[in-house]
Amino acid sequence: MAAQAGVGVASLVSRNEKTILPEWVELQKKAGILHTGRISEGELQSQSRNFLHLLHEALTQGGTDTSGAAYEPARAMLADLSRTRALQGFSPSETATFIFSLKQPLFNALNRDGTLSAEQIASTVSTSTALLDELGLFTLEIFQKSREEIIVRQQREIAELSTPVVKLWEGILALPLIGTLDSQRTQVVMENLLQTIVDDEAEIAIIDITGVPTVDTLTAQHLLKTVAAARLMGADCMISGIRPQIAQTMVHLGVELNVISKASLADAFAVALRQTGRAVVKTRRIEGFALPGKKSGGQDA
Amino acid sequence: MPTTKTDRVAIKISDDVVRVRQLTRALSVEVGLSLVDQTKIVTASSELARNTLDYGGGGEVTAEIVEQGGRRGVRLTFEDKGPGIADIEQALKDGFTSGKGMGLGLGGAKRLCNEFSIDSRPGEGTKVTIARWK
Amino acid sequence: MDRIPILKFGNALLVTIQVDMHDRLATALEEDLTSKIVAHNSRGVLIDISALEIVDSFIGRMLDNIAAVSRILDADTVVVGMRPAVAITLVELGLSLTGVKTALNVERGMALIHDRLAGSEADDADDQD
Repeated sequence: MAAQAGVGVASLVSRNEKTILPEWVELQKKAGILHTGRISEGELQSQSRNFLHLLHEALTQGGTDTSGAAYEPARAMLADLSRTRALQGFSPSETATFIFSLKQPLFNALNRDGTLSAEQIASTVSTSTALLDELGLFTLEIFQKSREEIIVRQQREIAELSTPVVKLWEGILALPLIGTLDSQRTQVVMENLLQTIVDDEAEIAIIDITGVPTVDTLTAQHLLKTVAAARLMGADCMISGIRPQIAQTMVHLGVELNVISKASLADAFAVALRQTGRAVVKTRRIEGFALPGKKSGGQDA
Repeated sequence: MPTTKTDRVAIKISDDVVRVRQLTRALSVEVGLSLVDQTKIVTASSELARNTLDYGGGGEVTAEIVEQGGRRGVRLTFEDKGPGIADIEQALKDGFTSGKGMGLGLGGAKRLCNEFSIDSRPGEGTKVTIARWK
Repeated sequence: MDRIPILKFGNALLVTIQVDMHDRLATALEEDLTSKIVAHNSRGVLIDISALEIVDSFIGRMLDNIAAVSRILDADTVVVGMRPAVAITLVELGLSLTGVKTALNVERGMALIHDRLAGSEADDADDQD
């Protein structure tokens, strides 16, 4: 039964390919697919032609069972198209239009076809509607999945990009944190810092939170866990750059940062140098050195 | 939740705790957990296996690789026919211990996993299930 | 029964844990270390755990105990080489081992013990004056 219906639709497609293809491409163009500037007319033509061909093959061999093996090439092509369009930034409806706009040309062809009885027309309409709906949903599903994959990948990239551990001196590391710290990101940050401590044999790590807009209880806990883990490994941690309002919030929340904290990264670095038995000494007096304000005055004169 | 692999280990002597750890490690590696996540669930398995041995008077662990919504994970179920736990809420608190440990076993294991459930009746035994997802 | 070897290194003891520790081994190590500290009049104990893939609450408690006992016997305990994943897990577990000193590797741990010894000897010298 399903196979018969498939053959019906297949022969309809093959008999009317000359009219279906241009009408279909025209409808897609009308929907504004070319205006997105992400696809050329030639590409659209060849994609449509390919799919119609694959659909015809599938219908002939596998009837209307879109999950069957005969539909494998057609599904693969649709998946590829969905994925590409997701990457190119097409919207879901722009992507699904590819399949859904095939309905109208198919029905037009059906109407023009004089050889079919009313009953046959009705059954072909319902078969092809169900078929194209299934394929359309499949397209959307792949589209959605590809978008999710993109988001996951970007999240990972952002997490990695935004947590560079920098070496300030032999044995002294700094981790300048920028942006909001959620628990997933903090986990990446934490692991990254601890691994660098091992790799560089660092004795002291400074976590600078100048670029962190807010610190809530959870974030504070994450910071403290990092400090505790570093201590277990044999390294000291300091926190620098706590803004006044963050310090206030933390006191209000009752969060105690039981760790050395300094106002600025420079202050923390000075402490770190001292702790590792080093000192910064001025070796000569620099002529003409003055405060920035006075300096610009001097240049004017 | 489909299970793709199941292993069982009896927990009767202290060496079995080591075997549970090794089995958990092997499954975590197979699932592809990150090193930190591997360490977390192996540590949790060690805590729970010791609980089964010390408080439950021995028992069994069922270790599985499970799949749900395209994600893979490791699930461990510890069962004993020991005295059971009367006040589970209290047992989950840090510092609570009826034995020789540091009282971090149950609560600690819970913090190291994505999923944790406990079913216990005094006089009948205890069943603890944990899972860690990739 | 298996035992973990304890090496004498000047006035310090060095233990390298290289096997997956079962509980009896941990208990035995605790006892062995205590008697060796007394026998050699050791002033420091270095425990290298860089080969350990996990530290659970039992091993954590062992480390804490060793540190507490050696403190009473006037020796410093330094745990060295804990892996990042192990450290993260221990913190999550709720064990911070506050009574234990730590160092990144054996070399640093040894330096830590010598620094403390030099410090206390200087103090002793001051006392004699």
